Amino acid sequence: MTRFGILATTAAAIIAVVLPFFLKPFGIYLISMWAVLTIAAIGLNLTLGYAGQVSMAQGAFVGIGAYTVALLTQAGCPFALAFAAAGVLCFAIGWMLGYPALRVAHHYLAFVTLAFTTLVFLVLRNEEWLTGGTYGINGILRPAFFGLSTAKPQPFYYFCLGTLAVLALATWWMLRSPWGRAFKGLRENPIRAQSLGIDTRRYTLMAFAIGAGLGGLSGALYAPLVQFIEPGSFALGLSFNLLLMVIVGGSGYFFGPFVGALVAVLLPEWMRIAEGYYLIVYAVAVMVMMAFCPSGILGLVERIRNAASRSDRAAPALRAEGAGP
Amino acid sequence: MASLIQLLVSGLATGAIYALIAVGFTLLWQTSQTINFAQGEFVMLPAFFILAAMNWGAPFWLAAPIGVAVSILVLGVLFKLVIVDPMLKYGVLPLVISTIALSLFLKESAKDFYSSQAQPFPALVPATDIHVFGAVVSTQSLAVLMVAIVTVGALHLLLNKTRLGRSMQATAQNPVLARILGIPVERMVLYTFLINAVLVAIASILVSPIYLAKFSNGETLGLAAFTAAIIGGFNQVRGAIAGGVILGVLDNLSAAYLSSQYRGAIPLIILIAVILWRPQGLFGRVEERTV
Repeated sequence: MTRFGILATTAAAIIAVVLPFFLKPFGIYLISMWAVLTIAAIGLNLTLGYAGQVSMAQGAFVGIGAYTVALLTQAGCPFALAFAAAGVLCFAIGWMLGYPALRVAHHYLAFVTLAFTTLVFLVLRNEEWLTGGTYGINGILRPAFFGLSTAKPQPFYYFCLGTLAVLALATWWMLRSPWGRAFKGLRENPIRAQSLGIDTRRYTLMAFAIGAGLGGLSGALYAPLVQFIEPGSFALGLSFNLLLMVIVGGSGYFFGPFVGALVAVLLPEWMRIAEGYYLIVYAVAVMVMMAFCPSGILGLVERIRNAASRSDRAAPALRAEGAGP
Repeated sequence: MASLIQLLVSGLATGAIYALIAVGFTLLWQTSQTINFAQGEFVMLPAFFILAAMNWGAPFWLAAPIGVAVSILVLGVLFKLVIVDPMLKYGVLPLVISTIALSLFLKESAKDFYSSQAQPFPALVPATDIHVFGAVVSTQSLAVLMVAIVTVGALHLLLNKTRLGRSMQATAQNPVLARILGIPVERMVLYTFLINAVLVAIASILVSPIYLAKFSNGETLGLAAFTAAIIGGFNQVRGAIAGGVILGVLDNLSAAYLSSQYRGAIPLIILIAVILWRPQGLFGRVEERTV
């Protein structure tokens, strides 16, 4: 990481820790939502940004995770166990879903996951005996650890932030391991990766399944955060939203999901004045960004910094050229 | 038996509409590798153009061509120039994201600038029933079928029997070679966008009297179009037609005989099955691998 990167990350981390002291409960709810959605976006970034697979099912995995936790904790299961179950279940489902789709051309995964998200929505809505149907599940309790309750907004925010930090560090470590290098190889040049002896199918599947697992863990926090879940929250809209978050932040950049989720969570609040029109503005902003800078906000930052450092070095470069034959 | 005929006719009518949407979708894919995730919203919108024209005092027979013309301009020309062209150089993914954003934009615009309520839309023919072999068949279904068949027939003639159509096919199959043969490739690509705009406008006129004109109509219609296109074959016009018809009939039959709650699930399960066992689609040819 560059010095600029370390400085920016440290500053952001400090802000994230002290921010709740300056916010009202609704503000804390929003930044908790940011932390929760960032986890899902990190998972999708792994699938999309590193392994190069378009998934439209991340919202469905968040939903599966949320319902798993809600149902298990209401049946008396401890939160930690339910949390782990949400992640493992989504990992397994992601593996099974990716397996057939990845046998064929890459854009088919987009359509399989699109169909899957709609199917999950239908099951959540129709199987009333399990999920409560359109009425959803009410009164999901926030967990307590070692006698410390997280029922109040502030402790729950720190719980979300802590989980985000642990999962982000784990992802960071994984991306620096040979696995992560293999993921990047898949994105940059799958045929070369294969000729270097990397089992591309297995790694792609792995990236997809781990991304799904992180989606499930995000959902496991989402349920106790909002305390009321219903099928509509996990329809195609959420998956599209998560996809836009990753792209807007900068897909393939480690901190892209953090930035993208921040934009997606805060934008509607900043644009309260514009009322219903904010989605229109957001949509236009995404289209403009795709046309001029498809690598997202962090890609734009990188481009500006490169341009700045290039103009610093412009003079010596000219001299070097002049000295040549 | 009588109810089966009824279901088949209404299924065919629904399927014909899906087919029109799916054909436009595959045309865009073939000539410019555009996966248009806003295709459903493209069908939702022309109805509002027509309603807006009627609010200005135009009668329906005048408002409909105005609506088609505006669609050609907005969903054909503007869509290609403003959204697709600047992004083609980045590959498939940014364009996918951009069309997702576009679908959001069109949906919210229709909601905020027109109405969030479902709007009644004039039907092509007065709704009466005809009795055929004891089955009750609505004239609307028959009218939808007629219009769709004529449209698909005209498209078939255009693509296969005219010089222009064959140039478009050549562009779709091999743009480099087409260019060498002197075919204006850019213009041919533009024509497919115009054809798509006409197809979605016709689909909109056909579907809106049944579902009412509503900003959220695009969600289900778009999903149906993708599904039809994949079931039939992503790279074949006739595949998309067959896929649409199969989907429409199955949709109606499964709602009646299986489960109305899960009627939306049947096409999706078929979609996944097709991708598993016949990824090129039921009628498609295997796409060559591009590296």
